[in-house]
Amino acid sequence: MLRVRPMRRLVIVLTLIAMSLLGFAAIPPHTVGASQRYQLQPQHVGGILHLVANSAGGTLDPQVNYIEQYWQLYQATYDSLVGFQKVGSTAQSTDIVPDLATSMPKLSHGDRTYTFTLRRGIRFSNGKAVTVNDVIATFQRLFKVLSPNAGLWYSDIVGGPACMKAPATCTLKGGVVVNSVTNSVVINLISPDSVFLDQLAEPFCSIIPADTPPTDQGDKPIPGTGPYMFKSYNPNSALILVRNPYFHIWNAVAQPNGYPSEIEETFGATAESEVTEVENGQADWMYDFPPADRLAEISTKYASEVHLNALGADWYVPMNMNIPPFNNLKARQAVNYAVNKFTTVTLYGGKELGVPTCTILPPDVPGRLNYCAYNSTNSSTYTGPNLAKAKALVKASGTYGEKVGVVAINDPVDESVGEYIQGVLNSIGYKATLKPLALNIMWPYVQNSNNKVQISVLQWYQDYPAGSDFLTVLLGCADFHKGSDSSPNVAGMCVPSIDKLEAQAAAEEMTNAAAANAMWGKIDKLVMTTEAPWVPLFNPVQVDFVSKRVGNYHFSLVFNMFVDQLWVK
Amino acid sequence: MSEEALPPVSHMATARDSESPWRSSLHQLRHNKAAMLALLVFVLMVVAFLLAPVYADNIAHENPFASNVQGLININGKLESVMQANTQGLGLGVTPIGPTWHFSTYFLGADNLGRDVFARLLYGGRVSLLIGASSAAMCCFVATMMGMIAGYFGGVIDWLMSRFFDLIWAFPIYLLAISLSVILLTSGIDLGFVRIGPGSLLLPILIIAAVFVPYVGRPIRGIVYSLKEREFIQAAIGSGASDWHILYKEIWPNVAPTVIVFFPLMFAFDILTESALSFLGVGVQAPQASLGTIIQDGLNLLYTRPWVAIAPGICIVICAGALNILGDGARDAFDPKAKLRGSI
Repeated sequence: MLRVRPMRRLVIVLTLIAMSLLGFAAIPPHTVGASQRYQLQPQHVGGILHLVANSAGGTLDPQVNYIEQYWQLYQATYDSLVGFQKVGSTAQSTDIVPDLATSMPKLSHGDRTYTFTLRRGIRFSNGKAVTVNDVIATFQRLFKVLSPNAGLWYSDIVGGPACMKAPATCTLKGGVVVNSVTNSVVINLISPDSVFLDQLAEPFCSIIPADTPPTDQGDKPIPGTGPYMFKSYNPNSALILVRNPYFHIWNAVAQPNGYPSEIEETFGATAESEVTEVENGQADWMYDFPPADRLAEISTKYASEVHLNALGADWYVPMNMNIPPFNNLKARQAVNYAVNKFTTVTLYGGKELGVPTCTILPPDVPGRLNYCAYNSTNSSTYTGPNLAKAKALVKASGTYGEKVGVVAINDPVDESVGEYIQGVLNSIGYKATLKPLALNIMWPYVQNSNNKVQISVLQWYQDYPAGSDFLTVLLGCADFHKGSDSSPNVAGMCVPSIDKLEAQAAAEEMTNAAAANAMWGKIDKLVMTTEAPWVPLFNPVQVDFVSKRVGNYHFSLVFNMFVDQLWVK
Repeated sequence: MSEEALPPVSHMATARDSESPWRSSLHQLRHNKAAMLALLVFVLMVVAFLLAPVYADNIAHENPFASNVQGLININGKLESVMQANTQGLGLGVTPIGPTWHFSTYFLGADNLGRDVFARLLYGGRVSLLIGASSAAMCCFVATMMGMIAGYFGGVIDWLMSRFFDLIWAFPIYLLAISLSVILLTSGIDLGFVRIGPGSLLLPILIIAAVFVPYVGRPIRGIVYSLKEREFIQAAIGSGASDWHILYKEIWPNVAPTVIVFFPLMFAFDILTESALSFLGVGVQAPQASLGTIIQDGLNLLYTRPWVAIAPGICIVICAGALNILGDGARDAFDPKAKLRGSI
């Protein structure tokens, strides 16, 4: 998932402290019904939760928006057939639980058929009942609105390839089959997919009314089923969520009730003023990462209001393997040796906010191996750069003196990392320039191979903790589309033998998760040692700064803080 | 000077009467204390900026264009990190070292990449002055040529040039400069015979010069237009002098004082414009520094390290202020009847 706003995160599990204050510590959280909790803490229900952000996060359409800022809010407004667990520990937040479906699906036909039963009696926020026709329309609309990951995630549904070719007439015939009498929903896949349930739990699959127009709804709210609904949205000023009058708890683990009676997110403040607003209690939470010059202040004077959580994410420097100078393996290895990852962590905010990494997979992805192919020592953990080796490799590659353009987002941290990379490239013999781009331009720009971006500074935040969400999505042949703005394989790596191994690992996941995890770890190591398509920099930490009155902080490894679980009373 | 060396008062007066208008104006300028003080301050700034490499290489021993995030410096025999990690509370944040006030060691502290701010300030000032002076000179030269040609020849040439001035004038200066910068800084200029790379300092020089051309060209065109009707020009025309001869020998000497007045004012405006563009990220490109880029660096450290932004701000105020005062002095000396007051 693209995090448009670069954020740094790290883990201190204050959640347990908050929960113990609530009297939950002794009870396994997933066994506590949200209705029970709601009743347990009635004194905290109500009030207006004030959120602040520098800018709006784009369209409100959950099938189009791919920005973390609104994915957080969708957790309170929409539901899918299955969802990521919203109650319990942070580690449990990646568990899949039934949401609008009565139970987890039955798998058949060689794990290619998923059979769900839709719950009865659930209504959208406009009062209309949720039916199986809404479910099938939702899946069709994924293709009709050209949802960002339709091709990547959902085209393995039977009928998906045809929908990709002719989105306007998408029917998914034979792919999604519903029965309005039994309320069953059957999804047939072309081939088994070990992460299909994870993908179903993402906001793209939020069940929305069948009569929703098949175009991006922009600032027009689409009715949902969560405890809140969007009341108004003006991207220039504010977004307001109010309680959904038709919401009732059907599975508190998947969709608990929320605490505030209203949630407001206002736009336009600078990150500096956001910090001041939260300090003064004028706002309850800031979306943006606190500016570097305020970090020390909030971590000392307001330590109790800061929540740090490690993220399943990478800051990385992809190198274009298809154009000079980085179509040369030695050149890519040279950059890997030259970059000082401790420096990038310092630029990001210090060692409490990032951990240098040598791997593509972040630590929370099962199977990740602890190794470091490009290091100053033989240690398996990163110890520092090796400039001498880097310079020798540049000379050996025959790319010495070539011009290199570094592309980075023009916010302070990204740009300073970009400027640092530029300096490193110059120091090993290249003639580097820096091209800072606005954040809404940068991501599509670097993806499009026509722009001939040689090297860039990027971040990738996991959609779900799986090796494929990094290795397949970011480095697989299928995700490199020449001339397209939607080509997340920015390095342009396409090694069929590695693709084959990834396919084997994905297939193995269906039967032997441990073996599959081990395979992903080995593929990660293989990619870095034989191809070196990136310089992995560090795994960041999320900083959530909340006001004094805020309680009940819960963090998800998939969607970050649960906004609607905060209380302000 | 001894009393004997002074010429008799009557002789001085006679000499003054016979002085050329140029000498007279220079004399008047020399006696304008505010202008001379401004000139002195400006010259001192220029000298300081020109000494940037001497300071960086021989005094600070720092490369102001390379990051020094992991660096250590010696202050009073004690080693300190250039980037200081917070050790209080949750331990978040890394703050660049602040001003040490030791002339040889991070005098004004470090920026977010651990670079010596004072050394960068000197280099940045050099770049800002280079761009300011070059673009002011280029602007005044092109505008003077266009204004003189338009005003003297009139007709279609005047119409074309005047509409060109109108076209540029129709855009807000900064909007036009930003638009040109965004386009040109991405791809540079490649006209086949002329090629300027995206990171070249020539680009901001050309852009700033271009956007100010009408602001100098228009008044000059007006002056030439009125001069053309004067008797001495008519006499020159009547005597069969060529157009170029009239332009060079008769008109230019009358236009030159206005250009001289304009130059320091444009210099000041161009420094401000360069700083604004660089501050917005569409002027001087990294790793080069200008006063504007250093303010931009300091913006993110305003809360903890305000000197990073304040110091270049002070330099801009001093340079622009000195040039404005000098320009006013030049106007009083060379063009005392001018209605123009240099506000754009």
